[in-house]
Amino acid sequence: MSTQVAYRDAPFQLRGANFTMMVLRVSDPRNPNFFPVLSGKIAQAPNFFRNAPVVLDLDDLPAGVPFDFDNFTGLLRNLGMIAIGLQGGTPEQQQAALKAGLAVLPQAKGKAETFDPLAGTGRSPAQGVHNIQAQPEPPAPVPATPAPAPQPEVIVQRTTMIVTEPVRSGRQLYAAGGDLVVVGPVSPGAELVADGSIHVYGALRGRALAGVSGDQTARIFCQSLEAELVSIAGLYRVSDDMDKDIRRRQVQIYLDNGYLHIDPVTV
Amino acid sequence: MAKIITMTSGKGGVGKTTSSAAFGTGLAMRGFKTCIIDFDVGLRNLDLIMGCERRVVFDFINVVNGEARLNQALIKDKRVENLFILPTSQTRDKDALTKEGVEKVLDELKKEFDYILCDSPAGIEKGALMALYFADHAIIVTNPEVSSVRDSDRILGVIQAKSRRAELGLEPVQEHLLLTRYDLDRVEKGEMLKVDDVLEILAIPLLGIIPESPAVLKASNVGMPVVLDDKSTAGMAYSDAVARFLGEKVEHRFLKPEKKGFFDRLLRRTA
Repeated sequence: MSTQVAYRDAPFQLRGANFTMMVLRVSDPRNPNFFPVLSGKIAQAPNFFRNAPVVLDLDDLPAGVPFDFDNFTGLLRNLGMIAIGLQGGTPEQQQAALKAGLAVLPQAKGKAETFDPLAGTGRSPAQGVHNIQAQPEPPAPVPATPAPAPQPEVIVQRTTMIVTEPVRSGRQLYAAGGDLVVVGPVSPGAELVADGSIHVYGALRGRALAGVSGDQTARIFCQSLEAELVSIAGLYRVSDDMDKDIRRRQVQIYLDNGYLHIDPVTV
Repeated sequence: MAKIITMTSGKGGVGKTTSSAAFGTGLAMRGFKTCIIDFDVGLRNLDLIMGCERRVVFDFINVVNGEARLNQALIKDKRVENLFILPTSQTRDKDALTKEGVEKVLDELKKEFDYILCDSPAGIEKGALMALYFADHAIIVTNPEVSSVRDSDRILGVIQAKSRRAELGLEPVQEHLLLTRYDLDRVEKGEMLKVDDVLEILAIPLLGIIPESPAVLKASNVGMPVVLDDKSTAGMAYSDAVARFLGEKVEHRFLKPEKKGFFDRLLRRTA
């Protein structure tokens, strides 16, 4: 606890965080269609690409082809994309990237071999890639669903946190970016927090807050609902306001039309 | 002018929370707008004793940290008008309390309430210090046994040295003694300290003597402040203590053994 006090008193906090980012693999920057095609891609989902950070990857760039980082990042910026770093690259490229104000990221391991530029675009193979030939393999521009990973190693998968012991009063568990599974009872005064869903294989007697980062599709499942409070994406209900007939029942809790539902699970 | 009362003891398990619930409820029943704050961060129990644990959404620490407004965290009692509870967090520890944060909350409460009752945690560390720092009155809860009396003596010293009134050289915190779990039979047998013994050591005014009573545990378990049980000796004793606190002259009751009839003796009635 003393370290937490130190943090609180410090004028800043330094913490690790994971972000999902797009990687732009550039194979032919000299192609005159490069930016027009990229621009067309962005126009399909402008909100998704607005001020989006991108990492450059020059592995497909033929040896000897010069690459002007300043010029290239400037043109990307005009399209609303912000280049923040270079992945891998030759020592010369890395030097040039650093000069241009980009960070150098380590070469991703176990790189995805192929990437379907049509994935998630709704284009049929018949339409083909002919009219987007010069496209440097941008990620799928579908804003509603998570973009298919062109470089899965950069993208953090949703992780599930599994706890196999009773969660005691006063304990707080947070599953960042994923689901929380508890195999055992959750005591009154304990708090389960997850960005995803919460599953309790046991009695839920404490608090459970799912989808705390705003995921309205998150759910809470438990084998016996005796919770003090349940919440999904900020909508909550305290035990005083829960129906008597769902108490101590196996239930699932979810949002529908902005309303918190607590339904018995009957199999 | 709002008054801040701290219910403290040094020793654990002597009945601070039970007394806070009963005394606060008693003040509200007299028509004073009263708020009881649980300072026992991480070991919160006041909400259980007050029977409002099923309505806690935000807590004291949320308000201290500016994560919730005071009105979102205050829980209005369903039985007694003018009574509010500010529960604390179970997942945090005492380090979540800061003088500035507590002062901010108390200042806001002072605008609305007549009495703010701080239910202190046991010990003389941060939680207890935060609970007593801003006190105008301190009610020292003591059991009639030597360790409790010694710890009460210790906490009185802390109040006289480390409270805000002491630091600023203001009029000292007013001290009151509440003697709880007083078992007349055992006092008569010499197994427990007498009232006079305790008063001799602590030398502070006696606010009340709460007789040992099965009604206390029963009330705690159903989430009802024992003062609402006006049939029980403990409930009546708390009412008397509130009256004395408000300046009324009330005789101390339950200090003489009841005349036991033949059947009582046969049935070994204790309550």
